[in-house]
Amino acid sequence: MLWRLLKTHLRPYGKELALVVVLQLAATIATLFLPTLNGDIIDQGVARGDAGYILRVGAVMLAISGLQILCSLAAVYVGARVAMSYGRDLRGAVFHHVGRLSAREVGKLGAPSLITRTTNDVQQVQMLVLMSMTMMVTAPMMCIGGIIMAVREDLSLSRLLLVCIPVMVGSIGIIIARMIPRFRKMQPKIDSVNRILREQITGMRVVRAFVREPVEGARFETANAELTDLALQVGRLQVMMFPIVLLVFNASSVAVLWFGASHVADGSLEVGSLIAYISYLMQILFSVMMATFLAIMIPRAAASAERIVEVVDTEPAIAPPAHPVLPTTKSGVVELRDVEYRYPGASAAVLTGISFVARPGQVTAIIGATGAGKTTLLELIPRLSDPTAGTVLIDDIDVKQREPEELWARVGMVPQKAYLFSGTVASNLRFGNPQASDAELWAALEVAQAKGFVEQMPQGLDSPIAQGGTNVSGGQRQRLSIARALLREPAVFVFDDSFSALDLATEARLRAALRERTRDATMILVAQRVASIRDADQIIVIDSGRLVGIGTHDALLQSCPTYVEIVKSQTEQLEVAA
Amino acid sequence: MTQSSRPAGPPPRGPFAAGMAPPQKAKSFGASARRLIGRLAPQKRLVILVMFMAVGSVTLSVSGPKILGRATDLIFSGFIGSHLQPGQAPSGEVADMVQKLDVVPGQGIDFGALAEVLLLVLGLYIGASLLAWLQGYILNHVVQRTVKQLRSDAEAKLMRVPLSYFDKQQHGEVLSRVTNDIDNVAQGLQQTLSQILGGILTVLGVLGMLFVVSPLLSLITLVTIPLSLVLTARIGKRAQKGFVAQWKHVGALNGQIEEAFTGHALVKVFGRRDDIEAKFRAKNDELYQASFRAQFISSIIMPAINFIGNINYVAIAVVGGLRVAAGAMTLGGVQAFIQYARQFSQQLGQLASVSNVLQSGVASAERVFELLDVPEQTPDVPGAMPAAVRGEVRFEDVGFRYKADQPLIDHLSLIAEPGRTVAIVGPTGAGKTTLVNLLMRFYDLDSGRIVVDGVDIAQVPRAEVRKKLGMVLQDTWLFSGTIRANIQYGNPGASESDIMAAAQATYVDRFVRALPKGYDTIIDEESSNLSTGEKQLVTIARAFLANPSILILDEATSSVDTRTEVLVQEAMATLRKNRTSFVIAHRLSTIRNADVILVMDNGAIVEQGSHDELLEQRGAYHDLYHAQFNRAAAPSSEPVAA
Repeated sequence: MLWRLLKTHLRPYGKELALVVVLQLAATIATLFLPTLNGDIIDQGVARGDAGYILRVGAVMLAISGLQILCSLAAVYVGARVAMSYGRDLRGAVFHHVGRLSAREVGKLGAPSLITRTTNDVQQVQMLVLMSMTMMVTAPMMCIGGIIMAVREDLSLSRLLLVCIPVMVGSIGIIIARMIPRFRKMQPKIDSVNRILREQITGMRVVRAFVREPVEGARFETANAELTDLALQVGRLQVMMFPIVLLVFNASSVAVLWFGASHVADGSLEVGSLIAYISYLMQILFSVMMATFLAIMIPRAAASAERIVEVVDTEPAIAPPAHPVLPTTKSGVVELRDVEYRYPGASAAVLTGISFVARPGQVTAIIGATGAGKTTLLELIPRLSDPTAGTVLIDDIDVKQREPEELWARVGMVPQKAYLFSGTVASNLRFGNPQASDAELWAALEVAQAKGFVEQMPQGLDSPIAQGGTNVSGGQRQRLSIARALLREPAVFVFDDSFSALDLATEARLRAALRERTRDATMILVAQRVASIRDADQIIVIDSGRLVGIGTHDALLQSCPTYVEIVKSQTEQLEVAA
Repeated sequence: MTQSSRPAGPPPRGPFAAGMAPPQKAKSFGASARRLIGRLAPQKRLVILVMFMAVGSVTLSVSGPKILGRATDLIFSGFIGSHLQPGQAPSGEVADMVQKLDVVPGQGIDFGALAEVLLLVLGLYIGASLLAWLQGYILNHVVQRTVKQLRSDAEAKLMRVPLSYFDKQQHGEVLSRVTNDIDNVAQGLQQTLSQILGGILTVLGVLGMLFVVSPLLSLITLVTIPLSLVLTARIGKRAQKGFVAQWKHVGALNGQIEEAFTGHALVKVFGRRDDIEAKFRAKNDELYQASFRAQFISSIIMPAINFIGNINYVAIAVVGGLRVAAGAMTLGGVQAFIQYARQFSQQLGQLASVSNVLQSGVASAERVFELLDVPEQTPDVPGAMPAAVRGEVRFEDVGFRYKADQPLIDHLSLIAEPGRTVAIVGPTGAGKTTLVNLLMRFYDLDSGRIVVDGVDIAQVPRAEVRKKLGMVLQDTWLFSGTIRANIQYGNPGASESDIMAAAQATYVDRFVRALPKGYDTIIDEESSNLSTGEKQLVTIARAFLANPSILILDEATSSVDTRTEVLVQEAMATLRKNRTSFVIAHRLSTIRNADVILVMDNGAIVEQGSHDELLEQRGAYHDLYHAQFNRAAAPSSEPVAA
């Protein structure tokens, strides 16, 4: 997973990677060269008191050191660029992919988790890339160089390497192997901390109204404790790494002296070589240690990579067609043909055998009990879901065969939950049509019966809107979201119970103005109140997912018992009230 | 004022609020770093223990090489000895070299002694590793506990900030401070605490050794220290700026992502995917630029310090060489000095690189502290509501404004008798919701007071007031959890039978029984397993179980089918029984049955009285009634909209 993620998104930076390798190579060679010069200064210069020699070689040494710094700075520069670009690209890719997913998949993965995956998880992988950039050449070069030198010095003593390197790699490996499953559990805990906090922020009024701060605190505390617990476990493993490396490091030098001593005794090794041997060994182990620091990051990055890949590998259930069909006529006729919808894995269908035609200039109203599948039906029209059987056509073309963007430009939707984005009144209205002029905004507000309260706001169109629209009332939110849809100027309007928070007088005015404004559009609306729909051109009555009646108010009163029942229950209710 | 008969006092929130650190406006690395260290205070003992262990660990690992040197000497002298005839004294050059060694001519390497030394060293090393491990182990606990507390404090803080705070913030940005930033603080603390300590100790130790070997050469080395410090500080300052920007951009991006994912379907249907992606790309790019800058600048420190180390090296070699030539210093002395000087600059470089991680951690800590320093709502005044609240509510000359120059409610007075239903009607924006917000004490009054059973609600803790109040809002906020847990939300101590009774009284039971998992059905944000009307019934059950004395109902939604609506209405009627209720009324039935109707307009009560009284007055209510309800009341008359 991790490897795949690295390979795919590092590919565009091949040249930069090569440059980093060359620069680090140069820097490492310079680094390895410096000790020789140091030795020369002492042996040839200091020992003889030759100040001229010291200054000459010292100048060379400073020059090489300067070169080394330039190279490593350049390597850091390019490396940091690559690593940060990598993070940027990966975030972009995840974000882009989530944009392609349908509501179903987003719901399954969960918005809070998707947020952590796009930020925190990418951050983990990016850190690994950054560290690799600074170490990937240096560590192996020092290691290989060290081994070559050590073997040349004393082959038989080098058998020690066969012990200490596997011991080090093995113990680090065991620790990492134990860390990976814990990291795998840890990222979801970050998700739940995120989820609980997000719920608290969105439901802050309810939390406070019910004095549930302590309970919410406890709920958060549980998630916090679980996260901390895993972090502790991971930390406990992590802190073992360095001492183990240190011990192997030190024990090896002790072993070299012990075994080396007998080589010295039997004359096969010079004392000077023994000392040199130890420094080579140190160099090898030092490079292994550098790799260890990199290794510490791998488990978390790997766990994060899995989570990122899970998102990227999720195929959107609703894919744009390979060969989109452009409508020849833009009539705005919406037709459902024998549509069936069932949730994945569900045995019973939410909708079955639904067929009707909604024409431009007409109002098609849908009414039925809660849970009858009305919202699901509306979602099929702009292809937010696909029916499990049957077809949905707009302008006589199956919506599955149309380019989604082009389709959505034809459909203006006002969802049941009137969600506004943080920004201003104007930025929310222009959400549907960025080019709209202020005059157009006011015109749409007027139709939506929102002109009055926006005018009263101190900053008018530029009045701030909080995320979700929480700083305006439910009724205001609904009217703003209707105005937003109006500005799209679509051919088909879909209203999902969008007048529910309005009082009857406002609703009546709004619908009258709406009719005026959208004279040529196809209007499909779901409503609960008979009063809201009785003047519709056709009313579709849905009961338990089936179409049980279609016609005008008067016709249905004659032909559809379910409709009569609904009307009766509302009239009775009003009579009781009156 | 009614005296409280409750023996248990109010929750001690006053002192807590008073003990908060004062808001610090001037943000700087130093202040934030000090405050972060201050957060370790509760674990002082462990931190001190870690310090001692660091000293021990450094001592052991510094003395290791020295003792290992003895082993080398043993091998060397054995090597020399084996090349001499027994009884022959070393002479000439060799004599100079070995005068300090115990060379016994004719005798080879003393393996016994060697084994002894090596075992001692091995023991030291094992000790050093053990100490390092223990130190890390303890530190891990210290850091995780500190970070856990930081997270809890941040969450608790969110509960105390005024509601208006959330109106101005993107949720994702706030979230990022509690998740991404605190995570980064943890990493920063974990990686730096032990290394900084060990690093500083080693630098001091080595500096001491330098002076022992050669005070003159030490002076040269000393020159490099301020040079290194100035360099580290200058680069560090810029790096710090970079990290602050980096984490700020992480927060901004998180806000952007959170909002885009929350409004996912809208973004699609409104054809704004490209636009949202362009916005995201811009923020993503800013983050890229900021983090690159931070990373690059902070990475300069170590090579720069190394370069200074190399200059130092050459200077020492030159001066040392001259001293040797002049016979003022031995070759060995210079050599030892150079070795220590190397170690010195290496440690300095190490410290500098650790400071990078610290810079980033402190930048994040600063953002967390910023959240912790947000001005809180006015502290609660200790006090208590009467144990048995009858439910008399009086607004006395209440004035309130959201914005200083815009009075919303002015000189508003009203009385609600216990057990009565008060219907509030009026056009949207008249201040109905604000009235409710004030009664709930979501906002503080600018003038006047609200009195419940003779107690000014500003004079008791908010929690006390809210416990007596129940609220059913238009927004059917439920948390992700089972239906049971959501009902129980109103009263965590409620028994299963209480929950069932509440569910039955509010018609929740009927539809829950039809669900395959019953009360264990999980309600979540995305899936629509409950209809809006059903969700609303759950919120009513929640309020019912809480059993408040005063009710606030925002009955607006009719996004329920008629059958469910009848149920909701009946449930609300059940709920209202024997309780003082404020109803933001939209239904004729509610209004007609209300004891008092308040007609609001522009933040003032323009009329109040019973339905019949108000109709007779032929004033605002009369007009409103005829505009709104007449036609709706007669469905058989002409269509509502032409």
